[in-house]
Amino acid sequence: MIGQADLAPPAPAVLRERGQREVFCGLTGIVWLHRKMQDAFFLVVGSRTCAHLLQSAAGVMIFAEPRFATAIIEERDLAGIADCQDELDRIALQLLERRPEIRTLFLVGSCPSEVIKLDLGMAAQRLDRHLAGRAGGGPRVLHYSGSGIETTFTEGEDACLAALVPHMPAHENAAAPQLLVVGTLPDIVEDQFQRLFAELGIPAVGWLPARRLADLPPAGPATRVLLAQPFLGETMRALQDRGAQRLDALFPFGAEGTTDWLRAAADAFGISPMHVNRVVAPGRERAKRAMAHSHDRLRGKRITFLPDSQLEVPLARFLSSELGMVPVEVGTPYLHRDLLARELPLLPPATRISEGQHLERQLDRVRADRPDLTVCGLGLANPLEAEGFATKWAIELVFSPIHGFEQAGDLADLFARPLRRRDILRV
Amino acid sequence: MQLAVWTYEGPPHVGAMRVATAMEGVHFVLHAPQGDTYADLLFTMIERRDRRPPVTYTTFQARDLGKDTAALLQDAIRQAAARFAPQALLVGASCTAELIQDDPAGLAQALDLSCPVIPLELPSYQRKENWGAAETFYRMVRALADPAVRAGPREGRRPLANLLGPCALGFRHRDDVVEVVKLLDSLGIGVNCVAPLGATPADLRDLGRADFNVVLYPEIGAEAARWLGRTFGQSTIDVVPIGIGATNDFIQAVAALAGVDPAPALAAPGARLPWWSRSVDSTYLTGKRVFIFGDATHAIAAARIASEELGFTVCGLGCYNREFAREMRAAAARHGLDPLITDDHLAVEAAIRTSAPELVLGTQMERHIAKRLGLACAVISAPVHVQDFPARHSPQMGFEGANVIFDTWVHPLVMGLEEHLLTMFRDDFEFSDVAGPSHLPPALLPAPPQVPAPAEPAAAPGWTGEAERELRKIPFFVRNKARANTERYAALHGRTQIDLATLYDAKAHYAR
Repeated sequence: MIGQADLAPPAPAVLRERGQREVFCGLTGIVWLHRKMQDAFFLVVGSRTCAHLLQSAAGVMIFAEPRFATAIIEERDLAGIADCQDELDRIALQLLERRPEIRTLFLVGSCPSEVIKLDLGMAAQRLDRHLAGRAGGGPRVLHYSGSGIETTFTEGEDACLAALVPHMPAHENAAAPQLLVVGTLPDIVEDQFQRLFAELGIPAVGWLPARRLADLPPAGPATRVLLAQPFLGETMRALQDRGAQRLDALFPFGAEGTTDWLRAAADAFGISPMHVNRVVAPGRERAKRAMAHSHDRLRGKRITFLPDSQLEVPLARFLSSELGMVPVEVGTPYLHRDLLARELPLLPPATRISEGQHLERQLDRVRADRPDLTVCGLGLANPLEAEGFATKWAIELVFSPIHGFEQAGDLADLFARPLRRRDILRV
Repeated sequence: MQLAVWTYEGPPHVGAMRVATAMEGVHFVLHAPQGDTYADLLFTMIERRDRRPPVTYTTFQARDLGKDTAALLQDAIRQAAARFAPQALLVGASCTAELIQDDPAGLAQALDLSCPVIPLELPSYQRKENWGAAETFYRMVRALADPAVRAGPREGRRPLANLLGPCALGFRHRDDVVEVVKLLDSLGIGVNCVAPLGATPADLRDLGRADFNVVLYPEIGAEAARWLGRTFGQSTIDVVPIGIGATNDFIQAVAALAGVDPAPALAAPGARLPWWSRSVDSTYLTGKRVFIFGDATHAIAAARIASEELGFTVCGLGCYNREFAREMRAAAARHGLDPLITDDHLAVEAAIRTSAPELVLGTQMERHIAKRLGLACAVISAPVHVQDFPARHSPQMGFEGANVIFDTWVHPLVMGLEEHLLTMFRDDFEFSDVAGPSHLPPALLPAPPQVPAPAEPAAAPGWTGEAERELRKIPFFVRNKARANTERYAALHGRTQIDLATLYDAKAHYAR
């Protein structure tokens, strides 16, 4: 045992901070979740602030009627003049009347609904029973918390997916292992991976979330989970409670990350390494060719991540090992050490990893470090640019397709573009 | 509870942030849960501000709720006061912090800071953004204006005015201030203070030095102006100078109040709207149906310009801020309309559909509605979008503002000469919506869709081939309207088939 511990790379020291956090709350995840799950509707039970956040985060304006809305709590609800549970029923039914095609309704908890202890679990159960009597079966009603007091940004997706796990059916054939990919991916990326898994010879891959929630994939002891995102701790725990096993892998960013991720799946299904290499080679080569365009621009450049989406560690690993960037500080809201067990040792030993946030102190460190590129939220980008720092908006990393071989070049370019722009401009 | 997909106004603490961000030397400590920092991006992204809003958030989480959120707030206040050394500190709570009742005012007072502390009560479950901005500005003015500073005798000096209301995230406030300062200057009137935009707490101390107040945006500045009127005896000019008529009224009112000659300002040689509107090309604007929705001040001003200065017909008018319902009802009555006072954008969309306008003047939300309905649109009011902060000078107020408005509203419409040419050349094979621009070589154009042999377009259900062919001779920019009108007419008169006669009967029916 001692010998093994000696062989393992040392756990990096982590700077833990508490103070003002400049991050979104979990409600923000609705912006991409509702695009993915096309038969679901997200009803936030909250305040005008929640509604304002959603429309501000969703690209500042909404172009079509979205599949999300806010039930805004008003004075009458707080004063007890109106019964919140009755009001919620009224609004949910009003909504379903307008959108009869909805098959799953999420009641999403917010800071105010949680502080007044509005029981959305009870509301979801009651509505679910009430609607079950409808012709053709009513929509399923689920609930989760996206509040800022419970969730930080991408933890909203984690809470949403974890709420789906109990509703996944059991396997019909429990003997044969089945692959389940967990984490919201753009459809085009999901299709690319689906083709690769088919070529590898992994049959019937399940995807959580499914495009249509009416077709949730099965879960059980036969399930082998491949996480597509690093922030899904609760979902993973819920799947493990149903007997599923996690496949440890790098996250599928860049040529190496994607190869490792696919290989972890192939290993679990007993596919020969030769065959894996053959299937993976063309995509891997294309990824390297596409990244080569950004290589010169990024190599040796120092980068700091401010805490945002929890993608910081895998992305810093990708930028450091595949593009030669030098991570200075990698800040993350939470560090899931077990989910990142493969990633953390690949960061250069000098990397400062920070968890949590004290915004003013962290900005002081940015000013002292003077990184070549700072990855940060939208509220900080222009102020840092005005101070002379090149920045990359972190939010693009959750809204754009960045996973897999075919997106590796785009991912590299997201970081190269702000630097290229600075070189071009003469104003 | 109220079902909201999209809201015109944010919560009141965002209004407070707009005032704090507009000013210099102010800091705002907001007791708020994690996530409420999203509001920073409104200022740094939409308005492209190069500094973070001067706001410190407590960003409490569940684990803090079990402990001491009050101590967290006091720490945040202490650290913000030490780091930013503001001339005045605002303290308030967002919707969730309001529920946990930590008493930000009492906690802040207990710290005994060296700068003035102004506590804000922002009832999130009753009020909205504009109210929050007005309340914050009023509280600051009340706390900071020195009652001993007075205007004093007028002999040997220019009259002085305060300009109240311009704010961060306002629709063209930056440029309006420039125009109004110019107008006042042409009347020989000086500006004592512009606030909140660009003002410091020290500037607010001297508000009493002005002879009168000009409220540019009543939504934000009226409450403070009322208090200043009571306290310092300052009169208030509440004519909002948007449009030629309103600008002239503004000049007359200010001149009368200040006892100066209005003539030099009224003679403004740069006012082009009147001639642009009288020139023959503008004839085609006559009677165009326009639907107007926005904040009350901008919508009411737009209705006057539309009807008196451009010759449009106002076919719908409304606002999203109920606080100004009375003013809106009075304005709508002048146009013979029932006003639409709602913050439900779905109701606004339905009203636009029903009134079938040719031009929509609204907020960014109405811009999206108009896009969906295929209607021309111009933006006249907040809530704002990154496009509403142009790099160029682009005011709404004063004579230059009227020029800007003429261009902005008229450009989305097909212009007079253009309309005439389209009618004249509509049978020319090159001059149609199906052919590409004739000045580009065909290679540069996208390949025309390979329509199979029958050149005959398929008639829409209910339309005879002959009627459909006739419809296609109508210029493309009015064709959809003609189609809709004809179908409505046919439905109204129980005609199941639309033939040539129905088409022309409908045309006669809807002629004006």
